[in-house]
Amino acid sequence: MSETLPIQTPLRNKRFPFHLNIEPRLSEPPRWYPVAVSLGAILVALIIGGIMIAFAGGDPFRSYLHIAEASFGSIGVLSDTIVKATPILLTSLACSIAFRMRLWNIGAEGQFIMGAFGASAIVLTPILPENTPAWIFIPVMILAGMLAGALWGLIPGLLKAFLNVNEIISSLMMNYIAIAWVNFFVFAVWTEGGFQMTHQFARNAWLPRLLDYASTIPVLRGLTTHLGFVFGVVAAVILWIIIYRSRWGYEIRLIGDNKHAAQYAGINITSNIVLVMMVSGALAGLGGMSEVAGVVHRLQTSPVAAGYGFTGIIVAWLAKLNPLVAILVSILFGALILAGREIQPSGVPKMIQGVILVCLIASDYLLRYRVTIVRTGKEA
Amino acid sequence: MEINQTETTIPSIEEKGSLFVEMHSIVKRFPGVLANDHMDFDVRHSEIHALLGENGAGKSTLMNILAGLYQPESGVIKVKGNEVKFTSPRDAIQAGIGMVHQHFMLVQTQTVTENIQLGLDKPRFFMNLRELDREVAGLSERFGLKVDPRAKIWQLSVGEQQRVEILKMLYRGTDILIMDEPTAVLAPQEINDLFKTLRAMVVEGKSIIFISHKLQEVMAIADRITVLRKGRVTAAGLDAKQTTRPELARQMVGREVIFQLDKKPKEPGKTVLQVNDIHAENDKGLHALNGVSLNVCAGEIVGVAGVAGNGQRELAQVITGLRKCTSGEISLSGEKLTNRSALFGILRGIAHVPEDRTRVGTAPDLSVTDNVIMKQYRLPPIARHGMLSMPVATKFANQLKADYDIIVPNVETPVRLLSGGNLQRVILAREISGQPSLLVAVQPTRGLDVGAIEGVHRLLLAQREAGAAILLISEELEELLSLSDRVFVIYEGRIMGEINIRTSETTDELIETVGLMMTGTPLDQIHTGEAVRNV
Repeated sequence: MSETLPIQTPLRNKRFPFHLNIEPRLSEPPRWYPVAVSLGAILVALIIGGIMIAFAGGDPFRSYLHIAEASFGSIGVLSDTIVKATPILLTSLACSIAFRMRLWNIGAEGQFIMGAFGASAIVLTPILPENTPAWIFIPVMILAGMLAGALWGLIPGLLKAFLNVNEIISSLMMNYIAIAWVNFFVFAVWTEGGFQMTHQFARNAWLPRLLDYASTIPVLRGLTTHLGFVFGVVAAVILWIIIYRSRWGYEIRLIGDNKHAAQYAGINITSNIVLVMMVSGALAGLGGMSEVAGVVHRLQTSPVAAGYGFTGIIVAWLAKLNPLVAILVSILFGALILAGREIQPSGVPKMIQGVILVCLIASDYLLRYRVTIVRTGKEA
Repeated sequence: MEINQTETTIPSIEEKGSLFVEMHSIVKRFPGVLANDHMDFDVRHSEIHALLGENGAGKSTLMNILAGLYQPESGVIKVKGNEVKFTSPRDAIQAGIGMVHQHFMLVQTQTVTENIQLGLDKPRFFMNLRELDREVAGLSERFGLKVDPRAKIWQLSVGEQQRVEILKMLYRGTDILIMDEPTAVLAPQEINDLFKTLRAMVVEGKSIIFISHKLQEVMAIADRITVLRKGRVTAAGLDAKQTTRPELARQMVGREVIFQLDKKPKEPGKTVLQVNDIHAENDKGLHALNGVSLNVCAGEIVGVAGVAGNGQRELAQVITGLRKCTSGEISLSGEKLTNRSALFGILRGIAHVPEDRTRVGTAPDLSVTDNVIMKQYRLPPIARHGMLSMPVATKFANQLKADYDIIVPNVETPVRLLSGGNLQRVILAREISGQPSLLVAVQPTRGLDVGAIEGVHRLLLAQREAGAAILLISEELEELLSLSDRVFVIYEGRIMGEINIRTSETTDELIETVGLMMTGTPLDQIHTGEAVRNV
């Protein structure tokens, strides 16, 4: 009792005839409500973004129309959108599982880069000869990419589990180490004639793309969507099953919601921290592998370390850590990145992303509290 | 310097012993509780006045009102004969009343002097820290409060931090210092130092209100004693020299109507839980259990009585594998249980109703289903090849919802939306449905209404009938005496004695004996009956 301090009642301005009445929700809102609130938040964000575009001297309607056309307007650009969405999807899944346990892995970027490195090492060391058939090459690269990512997640995981080192800081710092590590190889060891890139991978180390089948199905001509997107979708489904339907996922959810209750239920938190960080790293690593083997086809720092790991954090959060929702949000963000370049290399598209994020996070308030407009002096 | 409160000394006009503060007929209500029911209280100049009572008696509430943190619903406060109204702690400090809370309010990364300066109006802009350090050092020397003014708070021990809190109040010119259970966080040597300081302050003309539930300390330090019980004053301003410990214990614990429960006589079975001479530390690294031994048999309820914070929480944690003990032995039906994991116990049928329903007992954002399978999700039929069978889990949850009257629209509802009584039913349903061999229940009825309490009692008795061994740790004496077959009394991590309820009638004498043990007198020193009356 001595802990409870008096609750402050918000000051009410008596001059206005109406005021907002805010109270915590005591029962669950209906199922459609969260969806409606999220869509409403995006709408509000687009209006705010539109106002800012207008201030910057642009036409908001034309800008938005352009964004829509440039990302969903034809099957060609839709394919490009999906290519952009693929690395974001995999890093957002990496973040989803860690965040679900309230383990703040900010290192998906580094794990992604290390995944790219691990997969490339198979080709460039070379561990497998250049003429290895694709059906061996690609699985080995996947394995190597996931292992390298997992290793990069394991280090902050062990530090957190056994020494209680803040994983936000350590995983963030690991990102810079990963970039420097890859740079060393790109600049010095595997450099292609002094350029800051390696030589192109052999064809059998490329992930199959839709355009590979254009000879039989002509519609697919020029479509660069690659197998990595399928990895992403399959991983999302598996992750959903793990989190919501498996014993291990139950433990993750319980630890994330109440660590003390998890301990009380006899769950080993230490080993789960290590395990989840490794799985998180492996998912990001798979993203890195799919980016080098599906898009870049060589190891090169700038297109690989493009900040997908950080975008993944935002996407995971917007998807409320639900892996299936993350698929949709990733595609939305892929579109924003792609179409953004059409309007402006930086600036407006980033701004719109930011505004959407803020609005969606703020809209959470409406799920937790009931806000009603009351005539001043009329309430009980 | 303008801040010269620190230099004013010795009551000049007021005589020692004249009335300083009076509180008349104070009423304070919290949702569902009447915390202060027309309480009267007064403090004289240069005295130590102890406020004695169990947890929930209303001590802290009354003092929070005097310190300006709460406003009473009705009642009058007078300082030096003038009626005052405090709307914030600032008002109270202005009137010379300051409180040192149980939980310190200090900034860990700042120095002692900086913390003492925090929130003062002066100096306005420039701080001559060296000058201020000197002032603080002077003040601390005068009252024997040894602490380095330049040390950062995080470098200080708990005892030193408490001294900083006291200095903070003295620096603000406080004449009445309210200490809320100051000894709870201190080691024995630190308690002696604190008492010396308090006496030095009284000599300097300060008055001290000393909140405690420990009779021994109160008798050692106080000039006068006021006893509270369940929101009422049961003894006002007793002279410490004229009263006795049994008298105080009776006033504090009281004689309550014992619930008439349908408790069938039952011969206990084999020993299930055996605890031998265990020692353990609390979260702060202080000794919490100092050689506790007890045992519980099948089909028996064994109670552990005591004022909160005497090691009950640690005892429950050590038995359920949530805390390591430093020495001693625990066994479950002959199998060694000492320092095993929580899982080890769960798999062998130890159920645990934790003290803290929301922090430990449940996961607030997870559904009722997810919460009731917490102990069963590893076992078939809910677990199947590493997966969870949701239909089975949902069916199980619905079954418990019906059997235990959990009032909730559906089992998908997150438990944070449940009321306290419903939440407790979720926990009990989960723990009891596993047919435990040992049930450790800590404060199972805290904060529940009468109907809910009766329900919990009935569930516990049903488990006793079913042959479970039950260790009931509670602060509710009536509950313990009416449910238990035997009662152990714990004080400062030691067992003061064991009482067999089966053989002894519940009488005033019994209550007095338990009250004395709860406040620190071992059973073998009580010599029940005459001795009690003649102490």
